[in-house]
Amino acid sequence: MATAIEIFKHLPKKNCGDCKFPTCLAFAMQLANNKAKLDDCPHLSEAGRTALASSSAPPIHLIKVGSGKNVVDLGDETELYRHDKRFFHPAAFALRIADDLGEDDLYKRLSYARSLRFERVGQVLKLDMLELECRSGNAEIFAAFVKKVASETELPLVLRAKQAAVMSAAASMIKDRRPLLHGADASNVKEMCAVAKACACPLAVGADDLNALAEMVEAARKEGVEDIVLDPRPTGLKDLLERCTIIRRSAIRKTFRGLGYPIYLSIPAGRDGILMASTAIMKYGSLLSFEDLPAANAMPLMVLRQNIYTDPQVPIQVKPDLYPVNNPGPESPLLFTTNFSLTFFTVMSDLEKSKVPVWLQVVDTEGLSVLTAYSAGKLTPESVKNALLATGAMERSKIGTLVIPGMVARMAIKLNEATGLQIIVGPKESSGLPKFLRS
Amino acid sequence: MEVPVPKEKWTGSIGEMELGASQEKGGSRRSLRLGGSKGLPFLSFEDPANRTVALAGFVADSLEDVPSPVKKAFGEAVNDPVRWAVAWKEKGADLICLHLTSTNPEEKDVSPEEAAATVMAVMKAVELPLIVYGSGHAEKDVKVLEKVGEAAKGERLLLGQAEEGGYKSIAAAAMANGHAVVGFSNLDINLAKQIVILLTDYGVGRGDVVIDPLMAALGMGLEYSYSVNERIRISALSGDSMLQVPMICDCVSSWKAREATDEVPHAGDTLERGIWWESTTALAALLSGADILVLGHPEAMEIAKEAVKGLRGDA
Ligand code: B12
Ligand code: SF4
Repeated sequence: MATAIEIFKHLPKKNCGDCKFPTCLAFAMQLANNKAKLDDCPHLSEAGRTALASSSAPPIHLIKVGSGKNVVDLGDETELYRHDKRFFHPAAFALRIADDLGEDDLYKRLSYARSLRFERVGQVLKLDMLELECRSGNAEIFAAFVKKVASETELPLVLRAKQAAVMSAAASMIKDRRPLLHGADASNVKEMCAVAKACACPLAVGADDLNALAEMVEAARKEGVEDIVLDPRPTGLKDLLERCTIIRRSAIRKTFRGLGYPIYLSIPAGRDGILMASTAIMKYGSLLSFEDLPAANAMPLMVLRQNIYTDPQVPIQVKPDLYPVNNPGPESPLLFTTNFSLTFFTVMSDLEKSKVPVWLQVVDTEGLSVLTAYSAGKLTPESVKNALLATGAMERSKIGTLVIPGMVARMAIKLNEATGLQIIVGPKESSGLPKFLRS
Repeated sequence: MEVPVPKEKWTGSIGEMELGASQEKGGSRRSLRLGGSKGLPFLSFEDPANRTVALAGFVADSLEDVPSPVKKAFGEAVNDPVRWAVAWKEKGADLICLHLTSTNPEEKDVSPEEAAATVMAVMKAVELPLIVYGSGHAEKDVKVLEKVGEAAKGERLLLGQAEEGGYKSIAAAAMANGHAVVGFSNLDINLAKQIVILLTDYGVGRGDVVIDPLMAALGMGLEYSYSVNERIRISALSGDSMLQVPMICDCVSSWKAREATDEVPHAGDTLERGIWWESTTALAALLSGADILVLGHPEAMEIAKEAVKGLRGDA
């Protein structure tokens, strides 16, 4: 968004108050902070509206790949640093599959792609897309391959081919799926743009340096393509970090408008590739296309992405409640933990492993872990007592005891006074719970 | 078409410091220059000086808390801090981070004298600079680090760690013997600044402080650390002098994250995953501002080394 003064220049300056703000300047200030909508001023001239609409366009375009329920949003970021607000659209992971694979290998690869899926703190971490690459150089082979894979998967797709004719044959067949076309470069930009326009698909444009990349963007826009993704083609880690940083800063700081698009990165196989991917997750990559994504790397990368893209204001949390585990009855023990997702799911999985029926009271700590919540004064004898009363936990588990996390053994006496329950100090790590509960 | 390079106009820079004293300076080891950054990590267009990050190998003189894949990687050597340190040197560590965990009164309760002897033995065997921690037991650490500080006078160790609740004795031990000191704080930019203020008010030079803002591992709060580190670095570059000190990030805690090594369907080999768990934590530390990384597994060290090279563009 432009500054208040820039916006003010385009307003009618009637100070009539119809926008519910006393003056045009006040309205401009609200607009600049995203607290008002342009449409709230009924007196705006057409010219003013156009000027403001373009300056209020998001610094980085939102590009949608895929169709129906299976859409990946790329871009539309507003920050350089996650602590300033948050990062919004997690970098999408694509696995590359080439059209020279034999039938067997293709199915193996597809089932491998499906297996890259983990549940973590109540969220699903998974592969988001497939990238289908033309290595055969043959339009018919590629088109048949794309058709086959498309019928096997609902994942959004990237099509990767160098010749526009090859791309056209494949893309036109699955254009309803709205694949990302990769891509245009100096050798084929006009033709690729024609394909992208004919199929109404987003287009990736690539170049070996940023100046050339900006020229490619301009060329594509001249051809009437607006849904653009950038491929800055870094050759190593330094290149990746610096190019992505320059692109993001130019867009956010508005020092250069031509690069306000999401970033695609081709990730080579091997250690260097994994380091490039990790860097790209932290530093502004929107779509990472992996030549290879070994299982042992997939999970750390996906957890890194999940970490970086959480809202800094709101830890991932679960609903404070009384949770029955392994079908408990009135004779089953009662335990408590906090509503920080990481804590809850760790404890939950250990309780399930134990197969011992128990009642788990989750105390609202605003999403903080046991010790953090305790130190912050959000896990107190009072808050535990209130949680137990709110869920009627003491009527469900009637044995009159409460197992507490070993880390907060210090609470035992006060908790006993507050609840009247006999307090049993559990292990420090919930991994000790199965053994502890069985004895 | 010329794309302008959007440089930030930083007004501050990170202070420089040396760890390890060479013979000319009254010690017996290699010395290592740290700090000096004038821009955000690894952006050569902001800071052409191409700073380095020092990689420290984790060594402990007692094995209670050492992750088992780390023990396995070093084999028999882990039973002797000297051999362990030598192994690190062979694997290319820039410095050694020695934890005197055996001094913990609730465990082996090794005496400060004995602990100091261990430090001297390690120093004799490897000429790398040294970071030395006690066992985390506040009262005992004071005595241990006092002895260590005296014994290694003039060698310019980095002593860990000073905390808001008790920093004076360790600061004194460092000042009296020419060592530097780690100022620890708990995932909070204001607390990081506070410990530097306390230390410098007490008389420690700002050039003798390294801050540890607590690097939380991947999946264990990494996002908090990433942002706290980044904010610390940005404030320092924007002129906050109390934050213009090098930063140390310990990545060994990554092995405590259960997901790093638990059996998880479709998540690959557990050792390989654990190594990447530590390496990914290390990379987040590098990109958010670390000047020293402490690493546990030799392969994580190798990967971190490659990352630093790659980010500096000398790969
Ligand atoms: C990430 C983190 C934060 C994050 C918050 C993360 C969150 N959402 O909770 C932030 C940065 C916000 C933070 C803040 C603070 N933190 Co903090 N934080 C951590 C850190 C690095 C990890 C915590 C974590 O996620 N643990 C993982 C979860 C799963 O652990 P858990 O909840 O304890 O659960 C385990 C056990 O308790 C047990 N368990 C859980 N439930 C149950 C139930 C039963 C019945 C049983 C038997 C067992 C059991 O099993 C679980 C798995 O092992 C730790 C240090 C560390 N490495 O542990 C410090 C730590 C917890 N923080 C600490 C402190 C002091 C603070 C602050 C007060 C400091 C400050 N900056 O002001 C603030 C307070 C917050 C506030 N004012 O809002 C201290 C606590 C000191 C103490 N011993 O009391 C710690 C230990 C760091 C330290 N070494 O000093 N923190
Ligand atoms: S409605 Fe329009 S013209 Fe009237 S005060 Fe608001 S901005 Fe100005």
